[in-house]
Order: sequence, then C-alpha cells, then structure tokens
Amino acid sequence: MTDQSYNFAYLDEQTKRMIRRAILKGVAVPGYQVPFASREMPMPYGWGTGGVQVTAACLTPDDTLKVIDQGADDTTNAVSIRKFFQRTAGVAVTEATTEATIIQTRHRIPETALTAGQILVYQVPIPEPLRFLEPRETETRKMHELEEYGLMHVKLYEDIARHGTIATAYDYPVRVEGRYVMDPSPIPKFDNPKLSDSPALQLFGAGREQRIYALPPFTHVVSLDFDDHPFVASKAPHDCDLCGAGESYLDEVITDDQGGRMFVCSDTDFCRSRVAAGHSGRLGAGGK
Amino acid sequence: MDFMQKSVAPSVETPLLSVQGLTKRYGARIGCADIGFDLFPGEVLGIVGESGSGKSTLLSCLAGHLAPDEGQVIFDTASGPRDTVTMPEAERRRMARTDWAYVHQNPRDGLRMGVSAGGNVGERLMAIGARHYGEIRETAVDWLGRVEIAADRIDDRPRAFSGGMQQRLQIARNLVTGPRLVFMDEPTGGLDVSVQARLLDLLRGLVREMGLSAIIVTHDLAVVRLLADRLMVMKGGYVVEQGLTDQVLDDPQHAYTQLLVSSVLQV
Amino acid sequence: MIEIRNLSKSFTLHNQGSAVIPVMQDAALHVAAGECVGLIGASGAGKSTLMRMVWGNYLAASGVIRVGGLDVASAEPRQIIRLRRDTLGYVSQFLRVVPRVPTREVVAEPLLNLGVPPDQARDRAASLLARLNIPERLWSLSPTTFSGGEQQRVNIARGFAHGYPALLLDEPTASLDATNREVVLALIEEAKARGAAILGIFHDEAARARVCDRVVDVRDFTPKAAA
Repeated sequence: MTDQSYNFAYLDEQTKRMIRRAILKGVAVPGYQVPFASREMPMPYGWGTGGVQVTAACLTPDDTLKVIDQGADDTTNAVSIRKFFQRTAGVAVTEATTEATIIQTRHRIPETALTAGQILVYQVPIPEPLRFLEPRETETRKMHELEEYGLMHVKLYEDIARHGTIATAYDYPVRVEGRYVMDPSPIPKFDNPKLSDSPALQLFGAGREQRIYALPPFTHVVSLDFDDHPFVASKAPHDCDLCGAGESYLDEVITDDQGGRMFVCSDTDFCRSRVAAGHSGRLGAGGK
Repeated sequence: MDFMQKSVAPSVETPLLSVQGLTKRYGARIGCADIGFDLFPGEVLGIVGESGSGKSTLLSCLAGHLAPDEGQVIFDTASGPRDTVTMPEAERRRMARTDWAYVHQNPRDGLRMGVSAGGNVGERLMAIGARHYGEIRETAVDWLGRVEIAADRIDDRPRAFSGGMQQRLQIARNLVTGPRLVFMDEPTGGLDVSVQARLLDLLRGLVREMGLSAIIVTHDLAVVRLLADRLMVMKGGYVVEQGLTDQVLDDPQHAYTQLLVSSVLQV
Repeated sequence: MIEIRNLSKSFTLHNQGSAVIPVMQDAALHVAAGECVGLIGASGAGKSTLMRMVWGNYLAASGVIRVGGLDVASAEPRQIIRLRRDTLGYVSQFLRVVPRVPTREVVAEPLLNLGVPPDQARDRAASLLARLNIPERLWSLSPTTFSGGEQQRVNIARGFAHGYPALLLDEPTASLDATNREVVLALIEEAKARGAAILGIFHDEAARARVCDRVVDVRDFTPKAAA
C-alpha cells in the first residue's frame, strides 16, 4: 500500500523536525501563532496544506487516522487527504472518532467527546483574528505582544449594531488562558465550548500563512462577548432527521425544489453510530 | 499635612509635559533639534512653520510615533513624571490610548473607515476593558452629540460623512476616554472655511470644558491665534521664537517670524 | 495696581535692512485701585503701544510693568494668560472672535474661562447686552456680521463681563451714539467704584474729563533724538 518512493508521511525528516519544533513552541505558548517554513504540498492551498503538514509531523506508524471535512468522512477533501496518508504513511485509517489517535479536521470538532491521547489537527485558512480590522501584520503582531485586543470587541460591536445580535456564526474569536486571542478556524461557534478544557491535544496549521498554533490538553478557552450580549453556542432549532439527536450540529439539506428540506447531523460518524444503536429521527429508517 | 494638601490640590506649577533637548535626525539631515518647552495643564501650544520646518517630526516624537535620537519627553502620569521616550512600549501605547489623543490631519488616518461611527467612538472604551454593549453605545451617542453628529448616524460608516463630520468623529473617538493631552496635526487642514470655524469653536469648547492641554501643529496662523495660548515658531528643525500667541504674532522678534506674519493675507 | 517704570520699546525690522525703530523710552506711570488714568498724545505717539505692552501683547525691551504683583515685562506666557483671565481686562477697538460663535457666548466666555457656571455666565452676558442696547434677536448670531458700533458694544460687554481688578480701555466710546456712550461711561464709573484700576485712551475729551482722575502724556516717553 505504501509508496516506497516517499519518506514516511511524505515530508522529509528534517522538515518534520522543523514543524515539531513549531508545534512544541505552540504547545508551550497556547494560542500564540508560531511562524514555520510551510512546504509546498502536492495539493493546492486551501485544501488543508497546513493541517496536512502538522499531521505528517505527528504521525507514527502505529497511529490510526481519521479525516473529516465539515464533519463528514466521505467528502472530497477528507477522502483525498485520508488516501494521501494511506499511500505515503501506510497508517491505519478509521471513520470512528473513538478509534482515531489523530483526527485532521476542516471546520468541525467531532460531536463525540475527545479523550486523552488523541490529537485534533485543524486546517486553518486565516490564522490572524485581528486581520479583519487591522490589515498590517506588523501591527497585529504588536497588538498580540501587548495584549491590545479592544479591536476584537469592535468587530462584535459592529455585529450587534448591524444585526441586533452577535451574528458571527463561525470563526468566532476566543481568548486562550486569558492571554492570546485566537482564531479557532472556521468551526461553527456551536463547537467553541468544545475547545475549552479538552483532554485531547489540539493543533492548528495554516499552510499558506505559515503559522502553527496549539491548545494543549485542558487549556481554558473563552469565547469573546459582551456582558449584555453573552456568547451563545447556537445551532439550528431542530433534531436530526436521521438519528433524532437534539444536541448535535446540523446541516440543512434541500431535498427538492418544492421547499422540502431536512436537517441532518454534520458529524456523519456520530449520526451513523446513533442510528446503529437504534436511534431514529423524523425521516430515519425507524421512523418510516 | 503638607503632603495631604498637595495630593488634594496638585500644584499648578507641575508641567503636564516637559520636553528637553529633543533631537531627531534623518541621517545627516536634521528633523528637529534641541527642542525644549514645558506644557502646563489646560494650555494649548501652537507650533507653526512652513513645510519641512520639522513641526510634524516634532509632533511625532512627542506622541511616541517616532523615536527621537536624543532628549526627554516627560509626561506627568498618574504615578508621577515619567520619560515617555524610555518607558516600555506597552506602557507608552496604553498611555496613547488613555491619557493622550492624536487627531490626524486626514480623518482617514485616524478613523476606521470600515467601522460604524459608534464602533469608532467605542473602540478606545473597549480597548480599556468596556464590555457592556449598551453602555458603550450610550457613551458613543453622548459623544456624537457633543461633536454635533446626530444620534441616528451612529450606525453609519465614516465614508458616508462629509469631511467636517469625519473630523468631528475623529475628535469624539479620541476624546471619549477623557485624555489630558491632545496632539493635533493640522486639524482644520483640508476643510473649507466655514467648516473650519465650526470645528475651531468645538475644539475651544472641549478644551475649556475638559481642561485639556493640546499641542497643535499647523501652518495656519489664524487657527493658532484663535486656539493657542502659546506659540512656537520653527524653521529648519529649530525653534526660532516662542511666546504668548498674540505677542509672537503682533510683535514678532525673529526675522523669520516677521516674514511669516507679514506674508499672511489680511482679510 | 498698575505700575510702569523705566519702560522702553523698539521695533527691529529684520526684513527691511534690520532697521531699529525706537518708539518709547523711560516710560513711567502708575494707576491705583479705583483710579482711572487717561493716556494722551497725538496719533502715533505711542498710546496704543503702551497699552499693548501692559497687556503683554508687545514685548518690552527693558523696564518693569507691574500689574497686580506680576511683572508683565518678564513674565512667562502662562503667567500672563492667568493674569488676563483673572486680573486684567482689555477692551480693544477690534473684536476678534471665532466665526459662528453666538454673541451671547462671546460675551460670556471670559466668565466661562473662570469656571463660572454656564447659566450664570449667560445671564450676566444677557444683562450686559441688554444694557448696551443690543437687540435680543441678535444675541444668538455671530457678531462678525454686526455693524461697527454693534461690534464695539459687544466688545465692551465682553470686557466688562468679569469684574477685573485692572482694565485697559482703548477708545471705548468711539463710534457710539449718545445713549450708548452714556451706558459705557456709567460702566466705567461703576468699575472705578468697585475699585478697578483703569488705564484708557479717550479721544472723546468730554468723556475723558468725566471719568479720568489724571492724564499722562505719552510724548514724555518719546525717545530723544540722540537715542
């Protein structure tokens, strides 16, 4: 299965060491964006080149890898990255959250609670949470250095002023251990509470932007908000139509051109496990 | 007892800002050289001179935007006089957000053009820890009123404002945290005459009501006559003359000041 | 209250061949509290120059100008600013104001600068304007558009808003009609009665005779030809 013309997990060992050093620094300074010499990968930017490099640097032959894209194991991005590591590292792969030792994700945190020893690797398009209002990189680095984070609240203020509520639904900024403000990657804000105090190690890789940052296990993470407009981890006000779950993040699926639609768990593994355990939703097999 | 009395009524004789031997070079060229003056609470100091006279360099050095090569800029902070040139950057920037204000000539440099008027005014409040949306908004409405911007414009972006309104918004954004010292770089430049008059009136009122001290850089002698208590005239990086504003303008002693004053068109 | 000794003044015109023009030498006078002293002498003799030096507007070359304990000739700008705010008033012949500011605010400003509550300051301004016969409909307008006589009266109202212990008056009754002239002279008499020291220039001889206790001829201070 493994293609022997590649080093294990595609990257050469020196590159992996360089990335591991960046990861270790990120773990040592939670939420701090560590610059690293991002490599060209055999896939375009925006396809998770940052996450892939972090995963490659963390993989060992004994690992079991799971890759999800928006919660699903079977979308193009997830499938291609999973195949990439099967071919270049020959590691075991799984779709079950509980069986995986490393999970690379795009835009979701699995519904099933992570456990100690697991590593969650996020693909990050834009690691700089301040960029929306301050385009100068020199200035944003200075602001992180000096903890000048008033600007983040200006962004939330603008949300409330325009929409009456904090309308930011994903990429919702957080403060890590009362120090660095961090962009959690475009996960829905529904997932934000799961960032905090997780037993798993969470690593963030931005390939194009050449940044790595990390949340070591049990790091306290707080979503920014106002006293009179507190953070709410919102989701669609429905149950999953397949498994009946009321507490999972849902995708809305348009089913016809008559206005028909259904809500299903975005985490495919979670949904499948529930259906296998006999749960059923409005349109699920058991409900018919 | 003496100590108690002093702390209750601080001596009027302590300068808010004391500048000594301030020099900035650009390679072999002089930006400004050997500048020294004291600014007392409630005073407005005008700095005039032609383009290239060093007045903007001086203002940048005073406001901490440029690091001078020599000299001291001692500000009377809450914990006593401190040299802002040598203080840690974090502290200097915190001071720039609270005790100081900087009004740019071009409001685009001093405003966030993509953020609503309310957000612009609220930024400094949020920067010092305000976390109550309703209160921030209330304060913003109050300040917009003080600079004569209607409350219903609070959610409009500065792009939709006239030049004069943008400048007033910039002033509100700067003064919302109750600074003690305001730096102004040609605050009325680029505005037409009637708008200038309105702005001058507004600034005079705010200076009086808030007991502000201000340093105003301008080439417009009419502006300093109306706003500044004291005047410094700069040429080639040096201060050639300083004194009471009307005295310097009406009885100039230095050749350059005489030339400057006599060059102004009388209206 | 006002005391001048050994005062001299010259202008150096750097841009006209550095010509030095001596305009005053060994000037001396004093004005006691409650006293009004008139300056006389032909046009150009230096009456206004002397007034401006007392005001701190012209720099003295040498000598002493003591106003309420402060030597204006050697004072720091901020000391002069404080003197002008608290102690020394000046009614000049010209009104210089920020355009757009309403007349009532212009008159109230010296009081506002002293920290008088705005309502009280505006009431005082209103009563002075009324007394000087400025129609109430003009109070909310800027005086920049007023006639010369009206501007002069606004200037006087501003100068008398605060009860300064010392006052400089430069032709306060010029261009006024009989009624308003009478009001201004009464104001001056009231200021004297409350103990103000007044130094003034009055071309109006009847007015001078009525309010001035003494006159000082500035021609006595003209530099000698040899100097």
